[in-house]
Amino acid sequence: MSTSELLEMRDVHVTYRTSEGELPAVRGVDLTVRRGQIVGVAGESGCGKSTLASTVLRLQAANAMVSGEVLFDGQDVLTMRWGDLRAVRWVGASIVFQGALHSLNPVHRIGAQIAEPIQVHAPGLAEGRVRERIESLLEQVGLDPARARSYPHQLSGGQKQRVMIAMALACDPQLVVADEPTTALDVMVQAQVLGVLSGLVRERGLGMMMISHDLSVLGDLCDRITVMYAGRVVEEGPAEQIFADPLHPYSAALSAAFPRVGDPSARFAPSGLPGDPPLPWDLPGGCTFAPRCPRAAEVCLPAEPVLTSYGEGRAAACVRIGQPDETQHHGSPGEVAS
Amino acid sequence: MTLAAADPGLVTAESEPEVRPRRRGYASYVGLKVLGSIGSLFFMLVVNFFLFRVLPGDPAHTLGRGRLSTEAQVEAFNKTYGLQQPVWQQFLTFLHNTFTGQLGISVQYRLPVSQLIADRMVPTILLVGTSTILATVIGVYLGIRGAWGRGSRFDKVTTGTSLTLYAMPEWWLGLLLIAALGVGFWIFPGVFPTGGLHSPDVDPNSLKGVLDTTWHLVLPVTTLTLAYLADYSLIMRSSLLDELGEDYLQTARAKGLRDIQVRNRHAVRNALLPTTTIVALNIGFVVSGAITVETVFSIPGLGLLATDAIQVPDFWVLQGTFLVASAGVIFANLIANLLYGLLDPRVRT
Repeated sequence: MSTSELLEMRDVHVTYRTSEGELPAVRGVDLTVRRGQIVGVAGESGCGKSTLASTVLRLQAANAMVSGEVLFDGQDVLTMRWGDLRAVRWVGASIVFQGALHSLNPVHRIGAQIAEPIQVHAPGLAEGRVRERIESLLEQVGLDPARARSYPHQLSGGQKQRVMIAMALACDPQLVVADEPTTALDVMVQAQVLGVLSGLVRERGLGMMMISHDLSVLGDLCDRITVMYAGRVVEEGPAEQIFADPLHPYSAALSAAFPRVGDPSARFAPSGLPGDPPLPWDLPGGCTFAPRCPRAAEVCLPAEPVLTSYGEGRAAACVRIGQPDETQHHGSPGEVAS
Repeated sequence: MTLAAADPGLVTAESEPEVRPRRRGYASYVGLKVLGSIGSLFFMLVVNFFLFRVLPGDPAHTLGRGRLSTEAQVEAFNKTYGLQQPVWQQFLTFLHNTFTGQLGISVQYRLPVSQLIADRMVPTILLVGTSTILATVIGVYLGIRGAWGRGSRFDKVTTGTSLTLYAMPEWWLGLLLIAALGVGFWIFPGVFPTGGLHSPDVDPNSLKGVLDTTWHLVLPVTTLTLAYLADYSLIMRSSLLDELGEDYLQTARAKGLRDIQVRNRHAVRNALLPTTTIVALNIGFVVSGAITVETVFSIPGLGLLATDAIQVPDFWVLQGTFLVASAGVIFANLIANLLYGLLDPRVRT
């Protein structure tokens, strides 16, 4: 309980070693989560957000090289001894995994799977107390406590995701990392699950790092948002502002891709972003977003823009902010990049 | 505020479509499997009966080797064994006799087949049972260690050895073991007996006799174990390798479990499912392996009884040993199925 910074990531790089060479997945990310704060991480598939999340509990794949610092409560998770890491895992920080369908073990009962971290970290706890705890956790996520005796295949997708949430709260962690907690669910269930999750996190004053590709979800739930593109942070700031008034053209595109409910103008003009994110082994020179950027110009090409402060706790990495559009002088973004 | 409107307090318990657990449970699973086994058993009886009726050669003439030539003698023989009756009547008699434990009289030994089988069953059960248990336990252990440390020296050595053993026919492996450890080679003397189940001068019912029998079983059990543990270790290794990428292992690691707990509670538990199936399917091959191994090591078991019966040919002995061997395989498969139901909750509901 030394600082108000619960999680502090400093210049985190993650590179995968593969047979085809080295793939840089995360390239120098800084991110801070304070106690009681919900921080969103947004970006398309492959932008490195899940890889970043895996470093919080040092769960990255065996072929991943990680550098930088991931400070949990002031201690570096990446270099700490196994005994300390074990204490951080699930007691300090827990994860609500993407795709609850496969994150639960099919051959164990729900109750046993929720009980497992409690038994691992508090081995002396009486069996009756563990059972009471499981029942109360299931009730908190809106499930019948009798479900503890069910197997995962007997539950629906939304119920499984709630079990994951109950499991994540089992050891009263200070930080919850939610890695696309609702991707596999339909919209109605999504809203319920997100409501349960954020409600419990707020109620307990926990810190949360919430990863999603859906900026509209993050805009509603989070205090701050970090937008990632091709392994780097392109914009960072208060959630409402990033969603309502994005600085970076990529944030703007993400924001426009998910129209807000109740906004008729957005509903009739949904806009996607053409093209795909760059491949990690073939990053374009200069600004990595330039080939897809509607505002790309000559100034974007020489160097990759650095994250620059724009006041009010906002920062973005784009050299075109504040510059006028010169749409007449260049053709399609593709030509600029070539 | 769009999605945050879903206040957690408003989410009532079980507000989404229900997937109720169907409580059919293990009892009905067991019932189904037992019924299935009874069906297999009956089908096996039918095959067992007709297989020996379509074999070429008339029993009376084959057994007489040309000497039993008069019409009256042939007729008397056929009457003794009921061969003059129509086939369907023979089949009904066969069913009746089988269920009352009468398996016919051996033409070779002049003894009831049921008594012969009872006498010869013990060595075979000892051989097949011990080898199956040893092969499964050792094979599964090697497979787990190999897959969990894939690419390690241990993995490379066990995979290489397993592939070599897997390629060997068990009778050849048995002969090699007899040559190396029974007869002895170069300056090394032979240690183990080369065949049989008892030494002639030892009372088989004394403690010394039991130890003597165990000593005799070392080489044949080793042969069968080596021949099948290779199979099981390769299968366990590949099913565990398939589990390694599963998301629930990442969940287990994130919970702070030790590597060994992640392996044993989560990965191995799931990898055992395909292995159980293969072990069950393999029991039939182990029984056939036992026949050749018993022949190689001259062990007076069911296998040797069957091989000897083929030479004569002693139909009722053959029929009886086939019956017992098939029933044994069906029973072993039933046990494996019941075990599978215990291991995997998904097949029960």
